[in-house]
Amino acid sequence: MNEALRPAADWELASMIAGFASRNQPIEIVGNRTKARVGRPMQTAATITTQSMRGIRLYEPTELVMSAQTGTPLAQIEAELAGNGQMLAFEPIDLGPATGGNAGQQSIGGVFASNLSGSRRVVAGAARDHLLGIKGVNGRAEVFKSGGRVMKNVTGYDLARGVAGSWGTLAVMTEVTFKVLPWPETATTLVYPGLPDDIAVELLCAAMGTPFEVSGTAHITAGLVRRLSNISLAAPGRPLTAVRIEHFAGSVAYRKERLADALKAYGAPIELDYNETQNFWGELRQLRIVADLSTCLWRISTAPRNGPKVVEAITRHVSAANAYYDWSGGLVWIEVPASADAGSSDIRRAIAVHGGHATLIRAEPQVRASIDVFQPQTPTLERLTRGLKSAFDPQGILNPGRMYAGV
Amino acid sequence: MAHIELPDPDAKIVARRDAIVAELKALVGEAIVVGDDDGRRAYETDALTAYRRMPLAVVLPRSTEEVSRVLRYCHEKGIKVVPRGAGTSLCGGALPAEDSIVVCISKMSRVLELDYESRFARVEAGITNLAISGAVGERGFFYAPDPSSQLACTLAGNLAMNSGGAHCLKYGVTTNNVLGLRMVLITGEVVDIGGAHLDADGYDMLGLIVGSEGQFGIITEATVRIIKSAEGARPMLLGFDSSQAAGRCVSAIIASGIIPVAIEFMDKPAIEVCESFAHAGYPLDVEALLIVEVEGSEAEITGLLDHIKDIAVQNGAGKVLISDGPIQSAKIWKGRKSAFGAIGRISDYYCMDGTIPLSRLPEVLVAISSICERHRLKVANIFHAGDGNLHPLILYNANDPDESERAELAGAEILTLCVEVGGCLTGEHGVGIEKRDLMRVQFSDTDLALQMRIKTAFDPQWLLNPSKVFPLESAASIDKAA
Repeated sequence: MNEALRPAADWELASMIAGFASRNQPIEIVGNRTKARVGRPMQTAATITTQSMRGIRLYEPTELVMSAQTGTPLAQIEAELAGNGQMLAFEPIDLGPATGGNAGQQSIGGVFASNLSGSRRVVAGAARDHLLGIKGVNGRAEVFKSGGRVMKNVTGYDLARGVAGSWGTLAVMTEVTFKVLPWPETATTLVYPGLPDDIAVELLCAAMGTPFEVSGTAHITAGLVRRLSNISLAAPGRPLTAVRIEHFAGSVAYRKERLADALKAYGAPIELDYNETQNFWGELRQLRIVADLSTCLWRISTAPRNGPKVVEAITRHVSAANAYYDWSGGLVWIEVPASADAGSSDIRRAIAVHGGHATLIRAEPQVRASIDVFQPQTPTLERLTRGLKSAFDPQGILNPGRMYAGV
Repeated sequence: MAHIELPDPDAKIVARRDAIVAELKALVGEAIVVGDDDGRRAYETDALTAYRRMPLAVVLPRSTEEVSRVLRYCHEKGIKVVPRGAGTSLCGGALPAEDSIVVCISKMSRVLELDYESRFARVEAGITNLAISGAVGERGFFYAPDPSSQLACTLAGNLAMNSGGAHCLKYGVTTNNVLGLRMVLITGEVVDIGGAHLDADGYDMLGLIVGSEGQFGIITEATVRIIKSAEGARPMLLGFDSSQAAGRCVSAIIASGIIPVAIEFMDKPAIEVCESFAHAGYPLDVEALLIVEVEGSEAEITGLLDHIKDIAVQNGAGKVLISDGPIQSAKIWKGRKSAFGAIGRISDYYCMDGTIPLSRLPEVLVAISSICERHRLKVANIFHAGDGNLHPLILYNANDPDESERAELAGAEILTLCVEVGGCLTGEHGVGIEKRDLMRVQFSDTDLALQMRIKTAFDPQWLLNPSKVFPLESAASIDKAA
């Protein structure tokens, strides 16, 4: 692979893209490459990285808003926010460890380009729900903007949302402006051991149906639980069902009691203190419990109460599969043994029956080249997808084919 | 007030009106096609009442299938379509044209599926905003976005405009609360996007469609998130002797780590009108009033309100009044939510909807006053302070053409100011026809061209809700057959 091009400003990026566009050459778009192994393999003439566009441009803690250039390391942003008692509430997922890299390496651009949100998404919204505005360069080498820095904005179409989660296939974002929120004063976790998947998800949905603003709802099956670093949780090898509460200290104390009471039918919970809570959910955010690199990893989103049905349908055919549920059952990370199709046919069939979508996150390049990595679309939706791609990148030179063949 | 240009209708289409009405009746049945003058007149405007146009015909479909048949027909015949919910748009988003068919989906208002475990409601899009919360209220759930028009406005309209409301500071706006849509494209094709799960696959079509002002298709069904209501909620009133002090207090509350459910602001003229309407107990001897609402258990509410009270007093609040119970809380919100109506009883008004960075609030309020003074107009300010969404209401006499024109000029200056300080033209009402010609203040030609190419991807002939959102000359410049 050639050395990546490193534009330092949007005009420089635009002139690079113009050059490739004039020669009709496809380009790989990356940030810090922590997700470069996700998606269909691409044939490109060059790589452009956002790494040299870095820096926080604006931070107004009392307005809950920050702007940063997209090459800015997420770690730098989170450190700056923590210094003011604030955070990115959607808990961006860190794919590093689960895809053979290190943790803590991703750029803020990569966070929004992939729209992968963590456990708190159930109450706080997704990455793209926090994205207020973008600047970027499209495949026509045009510098454009959408949205802005204010919390409410319906002026024109919401292109910022559209570009979020497009994996660099529509445009190269150069600057993102996003909403931040206060760190909760404290947090605790109630962990219920030994529940089968369907009962666990029933518990998690019941917890979400309380008024206590539960901010994490995960279920770790027995096959994965030993990978937790908390020995006292991991050692018994029983499945664990965890519910997190975050708020001011008085509220956490009150809500914990009320929640435990509402969930008493599921047994007596183990209680994690603040540090244990941070450690537990921090490991989930880094997907450390599904980081067996010898397996393939899928990410499935479905209606919460269908989560166990999807997993049951998959494990009926792929007995060695191991699942970790989040989002009260609606998000399933499932490891399946490596194979030529990574279990795709069984997984796609389960989704067709129960609804939702599945994305292959970890597999060898030849596997990713031969099956659909992202959820296949209906013909009408596929036409709209192509139309949108064409509006941004008519020659199809930005990350071509990464999400869908020919897009 | 009527100097926004509306294009001349296509004479060939207008000349065929009788035949088109007959063809529509043959297509979907007489019962749901409105062709007579009196019937059509009910659809000639929306809540931007200064503009009126008689539509070619009105169709009131009862199913996705009927919407599909009508759109396929319009697509084949090249007839423009104006989608409509309840017609509560403040920006002319549902204004018809003489050569356009209004497709009003208010008859499609059924609740199709409620799932409390997975926490969603699947509904027909003509349902009113409040009816969704009504359907799930007995189980203690609600649908979060709460525009002031929620009793009348439809979910379809909320989706088209990405509506907000007073309580979106905590719960987000429409786009943050939608999981799936069923939409009919102009070709008549029906497309399902997303579902009952979070974060639909592929490009964020939901995020693009929500807020597209009816220009991408007609939404007939939606799956929305429902949320368990807090144990309780209570507002407090904070009175200040200057708008600047109130603005500082909002910043201080947020800096303390508290995100209230709502922080609403009113200036003196607004307070007086709302108090005389709702008798909510608003203090009349202050220059600015904040309504701050928090949620939780009784003890949590008391704790938070005490904390906010301390912050407010430190920031110069001269009056602090905590609601003494549900009746007073309801009155406090009634005053705020009926503010537009209450002001409408004393004067015609032109409602602005710009959003600004909160730190610029004091200077913007001073500038709004001076703009209105210069145009010899009165203004009442009401806004969602927590997120900087301003609603200056410019008072004017609609029967006085000169005053009407001055009101529009003042409005344009205020919105331009909002953009200049780092904000935007519209926070929750939409662009419609009203702010169409100001879009270049906020966007470059490149920005607009990109948006228009996306419009073309959904609706190549630009038949859906034409002459809205984009300046007419910009829209004319794009190759629509592309």
